[in-house]
Amino acid sequence: MNAEVLLIEDDPQIRRFLRPALAAENYRVYEAVTAAEGIAQASARQPDIVLLDLGLPDRDGLTVIGAIRGWSQMPILVLSARGQESDKIAALDAGADDFVGKPFAMGELLARMRAALRRMARVGSSAVFHVGGIAVDLAARVVTVNGVEVHLTPIEFKLLQTMVRHAGRVVTQRQLLNEVWGPQHLEESQYLRVYMGQLRRKLEADPARPRYLRTEPGVGYRLMTE
Amino acid sequence: MTGDERPNPDDLLERVKEETARAKRGRLKVFFGASAGVGKTYAMLEAAGAQQRAGVDVVAGYVETHGRKETEALLAGLEVLPRLEVEYKGVRVPEFDLDGALARHPVLMLVDELAHTNAAGSRHAKRWQDVMELLEAGISVYTTLNVQHLESLNDVVAQVTGVVVRETLPDSVLDEADEIELVDLPADDLLRRLDEGKVYAGEQARRATENFFRPGNLIALREMALRRTADRVDAQMRDYRRQHAIGETWAVSNRLMVCVGPSPFSAQLVRATARLAARFDAPWTAVFVETPGFAGLAGDIRARVQATLRLAEQLGGTPVTLPASHVGGAVLQYARSANVTTIVVGKPREALWLRLFRHSLVDELLRDSGDIEIYAIEGESVAERTRRRFDWEAPGVRELVGTVGLVGLCTVVSLLLRELLAPVNLAMIYLLGVIGVAMRSGRSDAFLASLLSVAAFDFFCVPPYGTFAVADYEYVVTFVAMLTVALTISHLTVSIRRQAERAAQREIRTQALYNFAKDLAGETGAFEAARRAADSIARLFGCPAMILLPDAGKISFRRRTSERSLAPSSEEPIAQWVFDHGQKAGKGTDTLSGATALYLPLQAGGSPLGVLALAAAPEGLPQVEVFVAQAALALERLRSAQLLRDSEVRMRTEESRSSLLSAVSHDLRTPLASITGAATSLRDQWEKLPEDARNELLESIAEEAERMGRLVHNLLEMTRLDSGAVEIHRDWHSLEELVGATLERMTKVLARHVVRTSLPASLPLVRVDDVLMQQVLVNLLENAAKYTPPGTEVEIAAFVEENAVVMEVRDRGPGFAKDEAEHVFEKFYRGKTDGVRGVGLGLAISQAIVQAHGGRIAASNRPSGGAVVRVMLPVGANALAAGPV
Repeated sequence: MNAEVLLIEDDPQIRRFLRPALAAENYRVYEAVTAAEGIAQASARQPDIVLLDLGLPDRDGLTVIGAIRGWSQMPILVLSARGQESDKIAALDAGADDFVGKPFAMGELLARMRAALRRMARVGSSAVFHVGGIAVDLAARVVTVNGVEVHLTPIEFKLLQTMVRHAGRVVTQRQLLNEVWGPQHLEESQYLRVYMGQLRRKLEADPARPRYLRTEPGVGYRLMTE
Repeated sequence: MTGDERPNPDDLLERVKEETARAKRGRLKVFFGASAGVGKTYAMLEAAGAQQRAGVDVVAGYVETHGRKETEALLAGLEVLPRLEVEYKGVRVPEFDLDGALARHPVLMLVDELAHTNAAGSRHAKRWQDVMELLEAGISVYTTLNVQHLESLNDVVAQVTGVVVRETLPDSVLDEADEIELVDLPADDLLRRLDEGKVYAGEQARRATENFFRPGNLIALREMALRRTADRVDAQMRDYRRQHAIGETWAVSNRLMVCVGPSPFSAQLVRATARLAARFDAPWTAVFVETPGFAGLAGDIRARVQATLRLAEQLGGTPVTLPASHVGGAVLQYARSANVTTIVVGKPREALWLRLFRHSLVDELLRDSGDIEIYAIEGESVAERTRRRFDWEAPGVRELVGTVGLVGLCTVVSLLLRELLAPVNLAMIYLLGVIGVAMRSGRSDAFLASLLSVAAFDFFCVPPYGTFAVADYEYVVTFVAMLTVALTISHLTVSIRRQAERAAQREIRTQALYNFAKDLAGETGAFEAARRAADSIARLFGCPAMILLPDAGKISFRRRTSERSLAPSSEEPIAQWVFDHGQKAGKGTDTLSGATALYLPLQAGGSPLGVLALAAAPEGLPQVEVFVAQAALALERLRSAQLLRDSEVRMRTEESRSSLLSAVSHDLRTPLASITGAATSLRDQWEKLPEDARNELLESIAEEAERMGRLVHNLLEMTRLDSGAVEIHRDWHSLEELVGATLERMTKVLARHVVRTSLPASLPLVRVDDVLMQQVLVNLLENAAKYTPPGTEVEIAAFVEENAVVMEVRDRGPGFAKDEAEHVFEKFYRGKTDGVRGVGLGLAISQAIVQAHGGRIAASNRPSGGAVVRVMLPVGANALAAGPV
């Protein structure tokens, strides 16, 4: 079955190249030009994934995320210009799954879409997360790197657990602080920096050039899935 | 008259300057009268009414109607500025509201009674100063003035009417008026108006008639007013002739000089000279010769001399103080050097016998003046002779003991030598003692020593010993001579010592001024120079001082040189006023004397540079002003240097703007050309192109687009940083993470280089904007990749050094060319390496970002070859030690 994509984007040139590019990857593409049209299409078509541009002519793209999240968990991928980190964070906090900065390479967009779709498929499935040589058994609370068990402190594990739960997508700093330390520590970013550093030292081959626990400057962190 | 009637260019220039200054200033019209009641206010209101009808914006700033009905009727048609209620000694006094007037800013303002003295606590002591400020603000003013208020006529009025007028006004104010309208009323008419109660009501009118408004007084005052106006018209006539190159009736080489002394009569002399000078239209100088004895005079007498010199300045003369021991010689020498044609001097009224013994200054000048004219003016009273103050303060106990001890010692020596020497020679020993005392102590001690010596000499050295009785009357001569010699010696010795002390003091001041100038010459920053100047002035004059520097023309107490302000910041407007007007104000001056500090303007070449605030008015204020002038010169020098630098920067900016154009057009067009070429080629020749050529073209489109994207991003970023639109979101970040994220983003750019990182785990967290700092790293790494050959190593290292977290990007490329390291951070600077493309914004952006974080960035070459760019971020508030939380 072909996956269905709803593309909510007002710029005709972007739609013009995305349409054949997505079709070539066997996506079925629906298009919407305004926020209102986008919300209507999302509820009518029930697509597998939404590609959303934040700068829409009628309303802020954030309202589209809010509206969709009112009744569906379908993955929403935000397309936003580079340098607008606060927009990205707002979108992610509003419930978007991920973002791709404009200008983007097609390969990057397709990879993000695949990751988002896989995440939907995997929800509630396997309790062991694998990436590279790292295996995280959430039920047994055991982490191994290349088969060797690594000891994590309770906070380190909780942090990793949160990252695994959102694997493949960007988790904002606020989300992490909220889920690991609690809502009263939302501003204490230094906790996050220190523990993320420790986690990398235990899991990554070169903590200065991490392959799996990536930083998205200005936004948050992403646990890679491939 | 000479044949060549063309005006001298300097004169023309002067006149142009006057006229331009006048064009911006408001015009001053004075309704001038002989006395109260002649109808000045009425005439002023009538004229104002005419102006108003002609459509001019007229406001009555302050008009005193004295309850006169006709006057009130005229005033009723005008807009009246609300009066300011000033609280003075518990009484509320209505005053002219200067600030209100400036805020209202009409074209023409009426301000009655120009000579009025403002209530204490007003900005200016005198109303004419308010008017000057209105004029400077471009507001024209109509005002009224009576002749008896003119400074130069003050004493004449006092002589004629017997009434001393306290409210006086410098003549220059009237002289500078653009127009004078004489409001004239014959004495009889005025008296009739007075009788009719039109001037003062009832009892007041009767008293006025008895005291001031006597027919004789009125006629004399009227004559003065007419003459003063005639003088003025005469001056205008001369001015007109000068402007229209009509030859002078006499040579303008007249130059007057008046000799000023400590006598109260000197002020009269000064006024007389001012009148004389006005009549000749000649410049004049008031000279005071400061003799060594002057310092010994009582303080109030010294103050009087200063007051007289100030008066001379107010009346348009130039005050000069000459330090010399001989008055006549100094006066003549100065007169010759300054080409003075006429010397005005006071004629002493001394008893005839006294004149036989001492030559008066007049005699001396008459004898030696040669071709200089001497005007001797008889003094009104010389009753108050210059009291000499022979330091009669009681000598201290120590000095007293010393004096008695020294005389005692002389006595012991005399007793020992009594049998060997004649008594007259023993007297010499005592004289030596007197000299000793005079050299150590004051006049009173020396005087005491003289008396004691004579007594002791009589008692111990003159037979019969042990009594004051004298055997031989010859000794009376010895005593008198001895006392005279002792007193003379002590007087002279003390005088010489005083003089030497004063010379030494002057020397110290001169040396201090020299050092001051030298110190300031070494400073390169205006603020540092000002701080040094303020500190030096505070130290030299023993009075807390601070200099306030302007920021965009505004004086702020925040930009002061001392840690603590010596005045409340509520006085900021006073400092601003001083800055704007170039006049001193505050404590000890006529303007806003209620302030806690004295404010002096620092200006050089007519442009204001700052304000010096002093906690008190020190004794040597003129001396302070010399230092202030020196400080102003230093600041001016620094400002000129800054201006020069600024213009250089502007020139460079211009250059960089054109280099921007060429760079942008080149750098945007090149990738655009590649993209267009490749894309059209793919579109038009798809079938003909072999597979690998198509791939090559596609790759080229992607790469070039990416390059253009980076360029556009950099241009936007620089514009944003330049315009200050970038907000810095600081948060705690680990450098390891920043470097990691950057390298991830740069994988492609650095693909052909060997990348090494050296980031110890102990690095503290830094409080930075991660997105911006990543931009810095991206730019540095991009440069490293761009300017070094493939295969070489690029290293990113971070460490803690002193108070900074240092991050270095090191490469093994050719390094920076000679002198290049200084310029690489300039906008649109591009490395000299051939074939490298870029706009030259990367490092400029990096620098802007690092500086916004309070850090520094520097470029240099590595000793072992290659370049290194160093980013230093201050720790402290910006770093947090790493470690488990």
